[in-house]
Amino acid sequence: MKQVLAFEKPVIELREKIDELKKITQESEIDLTEEIKKMETRLGKLEKDIYGKLEPWDRVQIARHAERPTTLDYISILFTNFIEFHGDRYYGDDASIVAGIAKFKDVPITIIGHQRGKNTKENIYRNFGSPHPEGYRKALRHMKQAEKFNRPIITFIDTKGAYPGKAAEERGQSEAIAKNLMEMAGLTVPIICVVIGEGGSGGALALGVGDRIYMLENSTYSVISPEGAAALLWKDSQQAERAAKSLKITAPDLKELGIIDDVIEEPMGGAHRDLETQAKAIDKTITEALAEIKKLDVETLLDLRFDKYKKIGQFEEINPT
Amino acid sequence: MLKDFFSKKKKYASIPREEAKKDVPEGLMQKCGGCQKIFYQKELQKNLNVCPECGHHHQLNAYDRIACLFDDNSFQEWDENLISSNPLNFPSYIEKLEKDRKKTGLNEAVVTGKGKINGFPTAIAVMDSRFRMGSMGSVVGEKITRAIENAKDQGIPMIICTASGGARMQEGVLSLMQMSKTSIAIQRFHKKGGLLISIMTNPTTGGVSASFAMLGDYNFAEPGALIGFAGRRIIEQTIREKLPNDFQTAEFQLKHGQLDKVIPRQEMKEVISTILDLHQSGGNESETSTSV
Ligand SMILES: [Zn+2]
Repeated sequence: MKQVLAFEKPVIELREKIDELKKITQESEIDLTEEIKKMETRLGKLEKDIYGKLEPWDRVQIARHAERPTTLDYISILFTNFIEFHGDRYYGDDASIVAGIAKFKDVPITIIGHQRGKNTKENIYRNFGSPHPEGYRKALRHMKQAEKFNRPIITFIDTKGAYPGKAAEERGQSEAIAKNLMEMAGLTVPIICVVIGEGGSGGALALGVGDRIYMLENSTYSVISPEGAAALLWKDSQQAERAAKSLKITAPDLKELGIIDDVIEEPMGGAHRDLETQAKAIDKTITEALAEIKKLDVETLLDLRFDKYKKIGQFEEINPT
Repeated sequence: MLKDFFSKKKKYASIPREEAKKDVPEGLMQKCGGCQKIFYQKELQKNLNVCPECGHHHQLNAYDRIACLFDDNSFQEWDENLISSNPLNFPSYIEKLEKDRKKTGLNEAVVTGKGKINGFPTAIAVMDSRFRMGSMGSVVGEKITRAIENAKDQGIPMIICTASGGARMQEGVLSLMQMSKTSIAIQRFHKKGGLLISIMTNPTTGGVSASFAMLGDYNFAEPGALIGFAGRRIIEQTIREKLPNDFQTAEFQLKHGQLDKVIPRQEMKEVISTILDLHQSGGNESETSTSV
């Protein structure tokens, strides 16, 4: 069963109609080729109309699409020899973050990413992609190892946020996130971060300090969910659509705010419509980024990493009164 | 002395509400948030805003905090001229900033600078929860980052007193990124062997607890301070369970290994200056990325 988003309903309906006509043409004497051609032209136009000017809330829906490719989907296409490793060595293994090593075009790398499920069973196992502290500590352990063996790190960001639970607080959710932010700052290997779905607040950021930050076109990155913001601002989570606009959470927004390096284009309608093409686009971006970063000596790499974040923010300096 | 400093301040933030006004003259008396007893404000202020009966720690504004840690007339403020713009054109944000500026006399939710604590030169960043609930936007992130950089360049210790509800929603993801900005500055500070002391006061939550508040060489808190990542209400909704009363208090965090020590306000200056004294030979610069 395919999930259909409200704004794309006309496209899906038209496509279904075309499929129907095709079937009729194939199975009966009636030739509808001309009709089909006309409708396909109309479909192309409609797709461009609808997918060509997505509202922030539409993008939120795409970012949350049940079939949207996850970290493991990209890993299986982008890398070879992937081996997943488990555990933070302190408490447990958090399935909402996957970590391991692989080859990217013959170069050994470390991969770390949030992992959602695509159905209820998977989501329960993955805790809906919302990590506990042990997830972040597992991530950090692998980052440190990457540093030791001089492997670049690639992270995939895809979470609604760190898990808001009792045990998570007891085991130091704040400390785990804070530690990652700080330690990622000093890692002597290249770090490339790609937001592939939802970038939910500190829980996303804890895998998100790097030399390059990219976002898929329909991914989001936000300090608070649109629903949460709407509840705070207007005491009404139904106003999420409005909040999504105000908060400036889409990839083009973040590019404009000077936070991310680039937007990675998605296939028409979203990454889930064509995983292979999407993976190719990510592949190209990572390849180019690694080639650029590889040229830098460690000191420059770390200075540039700091400069990158230091300049994020907007304010005014007034004359002291 | 402290008394002189306090007497200059006209009003306190925690003025009793409407219903209490009848029996508590405004600006003169204050009800304790812990034991509900009514005190002369002067009496509370003399006691650093700590209830003499039950020990409840009331809010302390940024300048009073500085006065109770630093030696008289030693404090020099940095970057007080930084003010927030409205980068996302967020509805009614400018008005809210304006209102808080008037209410607090501050330009933003953090005061930074340097001074002397029992003679030891120290840099400090003090958050003030009266200004936009101490939330962190671009200015707070920038001022704290600059203060850490200054402390690093001058080779002096750094203290951060937190009082914040977290990242500032009205600046969206720019606020979120201040978590990484400040944390990177701290990493560089630690790498150079700098001493960072974090003092968490009520409340320290969200993006502030999940960044610089937890990154000190020593992480302290005042008694009873609320410290945590996610809000109590969100957690209760998520796990469909009532949380214990002491959940996310300083004492709870101490019990769970997240703090070095809970220190009453009256003892803070002494403990801090002892620590400063014990670190006079400074820290080593580190070759690797390992920072704490
Ligand atoms: Zn009391």
